[in-house]
Amino acid sequence: MIAALLRRDLAALFPFAGSGAALPLVFFLAVAMLYPFAVGPDPALLARTGGGIVWIAALLAAILPIEQLVADDLERGMFDQLRLRGMTEEAMMAVRLGAHWLSFGPPLILATFPAAGLLGLDARMLQILLLGLLAGTPGLAAIGVVIAALTASLRTGAALSGLLLIPLALPLLIFGTGALSRADAATLGLVGAISLGLVAIAPFAAGAAIRAAR
Amino acid sequence: MQASSLPHLSIQDVACRRGDRLLFRGLSHELSAGEALHVTGANGTGKSSLLRIMAGLLRPYAGAIEPDGTIGLVDDRLALDPALQLGRALGFWFGVDLSSSDAASIMATMRLKELAEVPVRYLSTGQRKRAALARLIGQRAAIWLLDEPLSGLDAVSQAIVDELISEHCANGGIAVIASHQPLKMDGLKMLPLESFAPQPEQTQ
Repeated sequence: MIAALLRRDLAALFPFAGSGAALPLVFFLAVAMLYPFAVGPDPALLARTGGGIVWIAALLAAILPIEQLVADDLERGMFDQLRLRGMTEEAMMAVRLGAHWLSFGPPLILATFPAAGLLGLDARMLQILLLGLLAGTPGLAAIGVVIAALTASLRTGAALSGLLLIPLALPLLIFGTGALSRADAATLGLVGAISLGLVAIAPFAAGAAIRAAR
Repeated sequence: MQASSLPHLSIQDVACRRGDRLLFRGLSHELSAGEALHVTGANGTGKSSLLRIMAGLLRPYAGAIEPDGTIGLVDDRLALDPALQLGRALGFWFGVDLSSSDAASIMATMRLKELAEVPVRYLSTGQRKRAALARLIGQRAAIWLLDEPLSGLDAVSQAIVDELISEHCANGGIAVIASHQPLKMDGLKMLPLESFAPQPEQTQ
């Protein structure tokens, strides 16, 4: 049942599945494309700030699909029917977390290559950026799922979720961009640790939230 | 249908509160294999809430529910992806419920075969209801909880649903139906929810 649900969630969330699912990817590349035009083509400035911009773009791209992430299925009774078939809310949310990450994490990491080219980042910078995003995007996905579940039954959920996500995502952003200037394994390790912690907590927090929303 | 044990549903002194309003209280009922219960009551008396409490999706304000057997629920929430074709959207549930070999016959029973290619969002009210009932049949649950199963259905489909419920109970299943429409069934028990509403003087 978990495999069937993961397939179904992925089909609904994956880019090019239609209904604006590719939007985070387009948004991410658009930021990388527009930034050099906005600050001017100074290679030194772009190399110094480009990594941070990629992180901000990744964070905001992770927020974009939040509104549809849980609310639609809650309203449609999808979670009710899964519950009747013996699946716990925690398992549903763990599957949703996996599908959410798979739908934006790997595409975003791939899109970092052209983004790094547009911002003129060198190979070493790109490497740290890729490792940082690989470690950090699961954490962003976890925060996204928790907030999507918390705001699922609210009508003004979208505005609120942005406000809720930003402080929670700050540690990931600080250490992720910190690794770019300091370039040591310990900082990347911290990003991974925060990310793992968030992934471990998220299914329980989100599961409790959709139980309460019923 | 569960072959291991006969289904049973025990409702013990249940009360339901939504917001700050007590909808009903002191409701007790025992349902055993083959029995059907028709829950009636005006809008807002708590029929849907009672079904959701029975399904274990809502916690009762007081009392307890003890279901013995798998539970299937049909209410106004379709649980089908609106963007998908009906056949594929139902196919997800048939896949989960491991009865995909019977999918074609279930689609035929609910007269959905010619709609299999139509995206769910284009279906009419009655067609949606039939799709939800098809999902229920595929689940092979012992206890059926049906919220307004006849609303929006044409005469032919209503007869099919009447027939389905009778057959389900004849096979040892339990059915609880909340409906404003009369049901054509033998041995149907009635449960008017109004008689469990709190008296006005007690609420003050």
